[in-house]
Order: sequence, then structure tokens, then C-alpha cells
Amino acid sequence: MPHVEGQVVPAGSYLYYRHRLPVRVMHWVNVAALTIMFMSGLQIFNAHAELNWGKSSYDGTPPVLTISSRQNAQGEITGYTRVFGHEFDTTGVLGASKASNGRWVHAAFPSWLTIPNYKWLSMARAWHFFFAWVFVVNGLAFVLYAIFSRHLARDLTPTGADLKGIGASIRDHLRFRHPAGEEAKRYNVLQKLAYLVIIFVLLPLVILMGLAMSPWLNSLFTGWVDIFGGRQAARTIHFVVAWLLVAFVLIHVFEVIITGLWNNLRSMITGRYRVTRESVHE
Amino acid sequence: MNDIIKPRRRFLARAAAAASTLFLAGCDRLSHTTWFPRVLAAAENLNRGAAHAITPRKSMAQEFAEADRSPEFRSNGTANPGTDEYRAMVANGFADYRLAVAGLVGKPKSFSLAELRALPSRTQVTRHDCVEGWSAIAKWKGVKLSAILDAVEPAPGARYVMFYCADPMEEDGTDFYYESIDMDDAHHPQTILAYDMNDAMLPVANGAPLRLRVERQLGYKQAKYVTAIALVDSFGNVAGGKGGYWEDQGYQWYAGI
Repeated sequence: MPHVEGQVVPAGSYLYYRHRLPVRVMHWVNVAALTIMFMSGLQIFNAHAELNWGKSSYDGTPPVLTISSRQNAQGEITGYTRVFGHEFDTTGVLGASKASNGRWVHAAFPSWLTIPNYKWLSMARAWHFFFAWVFVVNGLAFVLYAIFSRHLARDLTPTGADLKGIGASIRDHLRFRHPAGEEAKRYNVLQKLAYLVIIFVLLPLVILMGLAMSPWLNSLFTGWVDIFGGRQAARTIHFVVAWLLVAFVLIHVFEVIITGLWNNLRSMITGRYRVTRESVHE
Repeated sequence: MNDIIKPRRRFLARAAAAASTLFLAGCDRLSHTTWFPRVLAAAENLNRGAAHAITPRKSMAQEFAEADRSPEFRSNGTANPGTDEYRAMVANGFADYRLAVAGLVGKPKSFSLAELRALPSRTQVTRHDCVEGWSAIAKWKGVKLSAILDAVEPAPGARYVMFYCADPMEEDGTDFYYESIDMDDAHHPQTILAYDMNDAMLPVANGAPLRLRVERQLGYKQAKYVTAIALVDSFGNVAGGKGGYWEDQGYQWYAGI
């Protein structure tokens, strides 16, 4: 978050230039690419709605996750999800769900969560692998920009004081109390740590596990995929990390909403964030 | 306060729902245009180029211990070609089977199973990765494709090896499976035409009497029931022109990913 540009307005609030253009553009490219990757990924998953741990899917051990459906003699359809042997009835959402035309579909993930919105593996792969390039190129550009513009060092790396205040920050977050006024101009420590984990742990991991599923890239160094438990384990990790990213997005959007939806949105579109001097809370 | 927040929340929820509906409808539209899938397909060249750039030309697919083999090797796609010709071949134990090799070669030839078994072979325990997402491990023994190529003397213009199969993909017995690979893959040491699986004759469900193993690519490249090979300079005028049965249905020709 660079230089202050705005001037103090009489009402006690002013616009602060919070996000520079490259960060804003790369943020929204990332939103689009990740959304498409996630939804096309679920369509790809639907082609084989099981997850295994190990080198192969058929090694005598049961899947860790199965999403499927069954139909009884009366024609009633049940969708179910089995996780580590525990079965849950997920009719309507997972295993069996209604398509937009009202018909029941036997699909692991429902049509409203997938690209394309019906069983079409080759098209899902086409979307997934195209936007994988968009996502990776954009991500690399962001990391390079963050390093050389000092965005990483200045805005994302927690300071010593940040880390000392981590306990207080956790308490504040749990009470939905957030930095206001001048303090809102910089990221808080949990925010910084969350962004760093996403950028340098989860996103690289989801990419690596995607590459680990490529039989061609498996041949790069003999057995490298076994470090992660084997190809099917890599597929499982890829799936789990994708959902961890969704969990991050849900928390991120929640925080965006409760700390001022329009102000936050504007700052990620125009760059300008309204800083309000509040005497009441301070 | 609540009277303000509630409608606002409802508005936001509705806006989000409307936006996602629009987004999904837009994606669906794009999938059905002719131009957009073509744009998406550009990534295939990037994938192939990047994979080739970072892996050595003859990088070896992982080979596994016998203990890693799957208790049962899944049969996918055709489990039995079911044609009269194929039934007759099964009935007499493939004694009349011939593998015809032609196209851009100096010496077109055809091989019986016994002749193929007499050529240099390779045995490997490898993982089969289906495009659907599952994997299974089996032990394969087969004739090295490079040995067959040596025997027929490829012409300099040969760029691809086409595999023609005995299994029809349509119920009426037409549209036979086919596949293709490039000469690099054809000469790869692990590229074999397998006649044995797990120390027994290749079962009908897995492609008897001969199937391709091209280990750095996905399952749909591993053509089963191979009866003829042709060396070509282009596959543009074969069937749908994309180099394979599933490629003609929109799957990538480069199946290393």
C-alpha cells in the first residue's frame, strides 16, 4: 500500500490510494481464473467421483471419498457421500441433484457448480488447462511484481510488532472487531499471514499436485510423485487444497463484507479506500 | 438498523445469484461456439511444448514393484469388440491373427503373434492413468514398437504411427477405434505392443491379442485390439482428422496431461 494521495476532507474522512493498478488487475484475473478452474475441476472430478490415497485407485484399499447415487425399487433417487467409510445422505446437492430443467441427474457435483454444466469431460479439461495457464502466468507476474515493487516486503510481510500482536488480532477477529481509521490502511497480521499462506503454500501446492497427475511430467524424475503419496494421493491433495482455497475465499468475502463492502470493493476497483477518523471507537 | 440491513442482504444475495446464473449461462454459450473451444485448445500446444521442453526426449515413465499391481485391472471402453471377425479370432486362439504394418515404409509386412513374440520384447510394471481420473497398475510384456519399425524401414517422411483397432465404437459395428503417436514416442524404449498382462496372455477385456502401451500418456492413447499399423506424414484425412477416436470427440491429441 503506497503513498497517501488523498487530502483530508472536512467530514473527517479521505480517500487513500490503497491498491495499485497491477495488483487490482491481477487480483481480478485471479478471481476469474480460479473460479473457472474450480468449477471445471469439479466437472472433471465428476468423471470419476472417488478419491484414493496411494499410487493407484485399485490397490485393495477403499476410497477415502466417494460421491454417488442409488435408486430403489420405487424409483426414488438418493445421493450419498461417503467419507472415510461414513456415509451421508446428500440428495439434492451431491450424488444426485436436479438440473435447471428440473430433471434428476446422477452427478457428483450439481450442474450449478460445474463448467460445463452437464457431463462433458473433454470440454471441462479444455477450460481447465487453458485457464491453468492464465492462472499460472498471472500468479508468477504477481509474485515478481510483489517482490520488485516491495509490495511483499512492505505490505505482506508481518513485522515483529505484528507478530507480537497476533493474540490480540485473533481475539479481535473472533469478536468481528477490525482495525478502523488510519489502522485500516495496512493489512493486519492475520490478514498478512493468510495471504502469505495462500500465495506461497496453497496455490503452489495445488499447481504442483495438478502437475503430479500428468503422466508425462511423472517421467521428469523417477518416483517424484511418490513423495506426495502417489498419483492418486496427488489427486486427493489437489481436490482438498481446491476446497481449502474456497474456504479462504468464503472467509475473505465475509471479512470484505463486514469491514465495509463498498469501500473494500471500490479500493480493489479504483484503488481508493475511504479512511474515516472515528472518535467513537478509538 | 435491521430494516436497512435485511433488504440490503437480500439484494446482495439476489445479485450474487443472478451474477452466477449469468456467468454459468455465458460459459455454457461459449462452450457451444466454434471459436471459443478453438481458443481453449491453444493450451494443448502450450502443454505439449512445456512438457517436451522440461523433460528429456526419452524420459522414462515410472516403473513399479510387482506388489504395487492392482488386484484387478479395470477394463474401460470396449470390453469385447463382439464382431464376427473378432469372435472367430478368439475361437481359434488368435492363430489367424496378423498385424499389418504399412504406409510410409520401405518394406510393408504382416506379423503373426508368434512372429511378434520372437521380436525383441520389454517387460514393465507401469501405471495406467485414465482421463477420467483413476489409475491402475499392471505388468506388461510386449514387442518393442521400435523393433517393428526397424523391420519395416520407415520412410523419411513418416511423422506419425497410426494404430487401427478391431473394436467398433458404434453399436452397428462401425467406427473402429484408432489412435496415433509421433515418431519420438514410437521409438521410446517403453513403447510396446503388449501381448501379455500380469504374466498371462492379454485378456479380451484388456485388448487381446495386442494393445499399445505408450507410458507417458493417458489411457485413451493405449489402443486395444490393434490389428494394423500405418506410418503417415499426417492424420488430417483419417476419420475426423484429429488423430484418434477420442481426439475426434474433443479430447486432446497430446494426452500427457
